Amino acid sequence: MVEVTVAVVQFGGSNCDRDAERALAHLGIDAELVWHEDGLPDAASGIMLPGGFSYGDYLRAGAIAANSPIMAEVREATEKGTPLLGVCNGAQIGSESRLTPGAFTTNASARFQCERVHVRVENADTPWTAAYDEGEVVELPIAHGEGRFEVTDDHLEELEREDRILFRYCDEDGAVTPEANPNGSKGNVAGVAGERENVAVLMPHPERITLPDIGETDGQGILRGFEN
Amino acid sequence: MTTFVQRIGIPKELLSMDDHLRVMTAYTATVTVRLKHGVLDPEAETTKQALERLGFEVEGLRSADQFELDLDADSADSAGERAEEMAERLLANPTIHDYEVAVSER
Repeated sequence: MVEVTVAVVQFGGSNCDRDAERALAHLGIDAELVWHEDGLPDAASGIMLPGGFSYGDYLRAGAIAANSPIMAEVREATEKGTPLLGVCNGAQIGSESRLTPGAFTTNASARFQCERVHVRVENADTPWTAAYDEGEVVELPIAHGEGRFEVTDDHLEELEREDRILFRYCDEDGAVTPEANPNGSKGNVAGVAGERENVAVLMPHPERITLPDIGETDGQGILRGFEN
Repeated sequence: MTTFVQRIGIPKELLSMDDHLRVMTAYTATVTVRLKHGVLDPEAETTKQALERLGFEVEGLRSADQFELDLDADSADSAGERAEEMAERLLANPTIHDYEVAVSER
């Protein structure tokens, strides 16, 4: 097993930070909670931006945290190849800081949605998806009000060509349909990679479906990306 | 517009030679941020439906965020440029938003 210490970055209003730490610990991945004002530890060989409601979602979800000074260090580390996973609010912070493409904005339903969804693995050739097969259907929980992936049609095509779409919302048989799209995301996109595949974000919560005591463990493979 | 310099009668050319005496004017830059045309606005749609439930006839409804920035700057243009940079960097998300800046003296 590769030695990694994942820095789980806490902002005011993060609330999935301890879940993430616990889920990673269960997989034998060392994780440390890092308060954003304390800066990124030198030892961090992985970075997780956890879910929550940083800064009360003021302005736009993730917008204020994306401009926190630690994000400059995070960007620098990812450019050197440090793996980064952003989940839910962490995905919103990732796109607001332009580490990943597109934007996550208000759900088409205009409601907060907390439910189980199915996603299809679109590209199994990244650290975050290597545990799955391409086309595999994974069940994950979502809990967000601003999870609708928005991007121009041209940009979406470019992302598809570059194989940067990692997960799409689908039905339990893997069909990507409008009915299986919980929030109106363009192209049913649930998760995307940054310019390089060491950076990925997704709206569903793999850390909430990792501990066997709670139930299914479909999310484990995504978190194992820190080891790959 | 009357600047401080005009009020006290010092020729502006003289002052502009001295970096320590820049003439600043108080402006308010109003930044309006809207979703780009074609981007779904579920909150506006919900608001429109609520108006219709109240019996109003509404053909369309768009919402926007407006930010009023009080700035001291040496010209309206420079106040506008600063507000534009703020819009680019934080107030708007260029992926989904367009924005407008209007500057007036305070």
